[in-house]
Amino acid sequence: MNPVPGTVHGPRLRMEAVRRSFGATVALDGVDLTVESSEVHALIGENGAGKSTLMKVLSGALLPDAGRMMLDGVLYAPRTPVDGRAAGVAMIYQELSLAPHLTVAENILLGREPVTGPFVRRGEVRERAATAMSRIGRPDIPLDLQVGRLSAAEQQLVEIARAVATGCRVLVLDEPTSSLTRTDIGHLFDLVRRLQTEGIAVVYISHVLEEVREISDTFTVLRDGQVTGRGITADTQLEEIVTLMVGRDIHDLYIRGERVLGEEVLEVRGLSGSTSPHAVSFTLHRGEVLGIAGLVGSGRTELIRSIFGLDPVRRGAVRVSHVPCSTPPMMWQLGAGMVSEDRGREGLAAGLSLADNLTLPRLDGLGPWGLVTPAGQERAAQPWIERLPIRCSSPRQKVATLSGGNQQKVALARLLHTGSDVLLLDEPTRGIDVGSKALIYRLIDDLACGDQVAGIAPRAIVVVSSYLPELLGICDSIAVMHRGRLGPPRPVADLDEQAIMLEATGTESTGTGEAA
Amino acid sequence: MNDTDGGSRLRDKTYITRLIGQFGPLIGLLFVWGLFALLMGGDFIRWDNQRLMLLQTAVVGTAALGATIIIISGGIDLSVGSTIALGTVVIALLLKAGFPPILAAFGGVGAGMLCGAAVGAMVIGHVGRVAALIGGGLIVLWTIGPLGTVPALLAGLAGAGAIAALNEFFIKRVPIAPFIVTLGMWGGLRGLAKGLGNNQPVYPDSATWLTDLMANTSGGLGAIVAPGVWILLVVALLMAGMLRYTRFGRHIYAIGSNEQTARLCGVRIGRSKMLIYIIGIGCAGLAALLQFSYLSMGDPTTAEGYELRVIAAVVIGGASLSGGEGSIRGTMVGALIMTVVDNGCTRLGLDNWVQEIVTGGIIVAAVALDQLRHRRPTGRITTEKIHLT
Repeated sequence: MNPVPGTVHGPRLRMEAVRRSFGATVALDGVDLTVESSEVHALIGENGAGKSTLMKVLSGALLPDAGRMMLDGVLYAPRTPVDGRAAGVAMIYQELSLAPHLTVAENILLGREPVTGPFVRRGEVRERAATAMSRIGRPDIPLDLQVGRLSAAEQQLVEIARAVATGCRVLVLDEPTSSLTRTDIGHLFDLVRRLQTEGIAVVYISHVLEEVREISDTFTVLRDGQVTGRGITADTQLEEIVTLMVGRDIHDLYIRGERVLGEEVLEVRGLSGSTSPHAVSFTLHRGEVLGIAGLVGSGRTELIRSIFGLDPVRRGAVRVSHVPCSTPPMMWQLGAGMVSEDRGREGLAAGLSLADNLTLPRLDGLGPWGLVTPAGQERAAQPWIERLPIRCSSPRQKVATLSGGNQQKVALARLLHTGSDVLLLDEPTRGIDVGSKALIYRLIDDLACGDQVAGIAPRAIVVVSSYLPELLGICDSIAVMHRGRLGPPRPVADLDEQAIMLEATGTESTGTGEAA
Repeated sequence: MNDTDGGSRLRDKTYITRLIGQFGPLIGLLFVWGLFALLMGGDFIRWDNQRLMLLQTAVVGTAALGATIIIISGGIDLSVGSTIALGTVVIALLLKAGFPPILAAFGGVGAGMLCGAAVGAMVIGHVGRVAALIGGGLIVLWTIGPLGTVPALLAGLAGAGAIAALNEFFIKRVPIAPFIVTLGMWGGLRGLAKGLGNNQPVYPDSATWLTDLMANTSGGLGAIVAPGVWILLVVALLMAGMLRYTRFGRHIYAIGSNEQTARLCGVRIGRSKMLIYIIGIGCAGLAALLQFSYLSMGDPTTAEGYELRVIAAVVIGGASLSGGEGSIRGTMVGALIMTVVDNGCTRLGLDNWVQEIVTGGIIVAAVALDQLRHRRPTGRITTEKIHLT
């Protein structure tokens, strides 16, 4: 099944001068990509740089307008993803494509079950699945378990096992760590290295440059459909890669202006949910940006959702501007707003227009006699579209057709439209391009500083993020979440990434006198 | 997905697809109408026949108004036919019991609204409360003969309380999919209608103006089209205005498009859904009034299969069964398309089975066109993910 490594000459994968345009837009403008066998090659670029299009061409989901591809020196021209998989090109996406109700073994052999007549040879299915699972180093996962019962990390492993079982030669991992914990990321990297020794060529797509540095041997940077740089990861500084990505220096990405602490606007007292959070208390003042750090699964999102009344609260209380408050409608009314971490499932209604999404929390005053007119909604959205700015053809455009960064700006503009004093932002910059990130950082700073000349009061902001440089760059203080408990907020001046990681992983436990 | 494939092409395409989305059903209606006009000429295009077709649309159309808001909110109502049957029986019984016609009419609409309240309550998870009410009611009905009024009421109250208490203790809230709830109501309400009518049609003792709604009057507005058609038009305008220009209307779209987002944005989901089903199924009650007027009796077996005609009208009109999309105008056009096909086929002397095949074809074609409209280069919210498999 697996081709014997080292018997063919030339690189495992070579993509030459690949071009692809959509209408007038050139998505790929003569891209070359070479990956040797036993190599982990990082593909880096902002959203819209052309990574996804390139990988679609590689998988066979999109046909290139020009250019050619070679696999082990043989011309490779897939017309469908099925062709691609048959040739040994496997894709693992951020969102997994497993059938949750089938077992591990059934998923691994799905579509390629060994059969006698119409009957599946169950023994052989198990055998081959078992081989695949031990090749990826996890023979302990029961083959008969429904995949839906596995953790996200384990499901990803099953998917990789499926790729391995099909005899893949090129494995593409698209943002594979976005939903993994630190430990799982370590395991995944071990597995990638193991596959590497088997001769598989790995294309690794990630926004997290630290991971890229850790796992990849070589890299290619894409910008606006062109290759702006390639090289050996170990010889390259991260700053150089970032410059190649964005085409400019990003020294002043994070900004923190003069912030003046005002009155207390958010008070959380002993808040406990069903499992997480656990007895969390803190207060927040105008002009304050509080960062909440912690590992994935430490209860950060649950904390924000409980504060906002989206998750059930068992004990404790939340006050916004000294008024007790427990449901989302009350929150908005009292001047608190939230941005969800999950744009697709919760943050935005994809099928509705930009204006509809933006004005949904506050529809009054958008027409005569308490009515809501579409024109009124559009008028209300227009200033925010201009101010952020949100790139769109009109306020009537459906949110689904906006880019990720612009979608996120819509989610944020909602809080501006309602005039929120308290902003709860859960991963506000997840999966968006650097340009939009810079805009959002600036916006957060503007809101926290207020404008005394224009008489705009400073707002109070909570930012949850997995990306520590961001928290350290824009927050005034950071509190670390660990197993549902929130540590005391500390000024960022006293913190660095290492100190936060130690607290987040629970290794820092002595000497600080921290009360639980 | 990538945002590189935007540009002018996307905008053009959005513009064209929006045009098709807005006027597609209307073009379909003109096409079907024109086809029959060509085939038959004068006989089909006479004003009398237009008037007849409007009348033939009234019952299904009125019910479809309610189904539209339910479907836009992401729900479904399979109990329309049974609700209409129940409504006609209730109206006939009320007339028979000597109530004035206006109260009987309200009774029919009210029965629909009550059914809607029950559906809404179950959809948002209050199955226990509905069970308690129904259980209590049944106990009263069974015991009122042997025990007398006061003891029967007490027994009913005790029974309802017991069921409610059990519910609070064991299950609290279990939201059930509207498909299932209304599938249950489809059977249950039909049974109730038959029970109330003792398995046969209920004739009111004397004729009232309630039976004149579906015929032209000799003067006034009713001379142009029958009062039933005016009812349909007025309610359609009200509903269209509500959907487009009120906060509640915008909330209906938001709930259907993404309930989680609506909740995040402070929309009171439970309250909104209750209201959606009360108004939506209340429309079926109003349709029952028109059906009663048409039949001049309460018939527990009437309107069989109307639920699917109603859903077909809404879907032909461009609504999405997954919610978030649809319009009153579309639904009206959808309902008219079905009437035109039925009317035209009948006048052409085609058999019933031909009509049924044609209607079926139109439903599938309408949805296929709609799917085509939805297939566009960038259609989802993503955090830089792509989907192929």
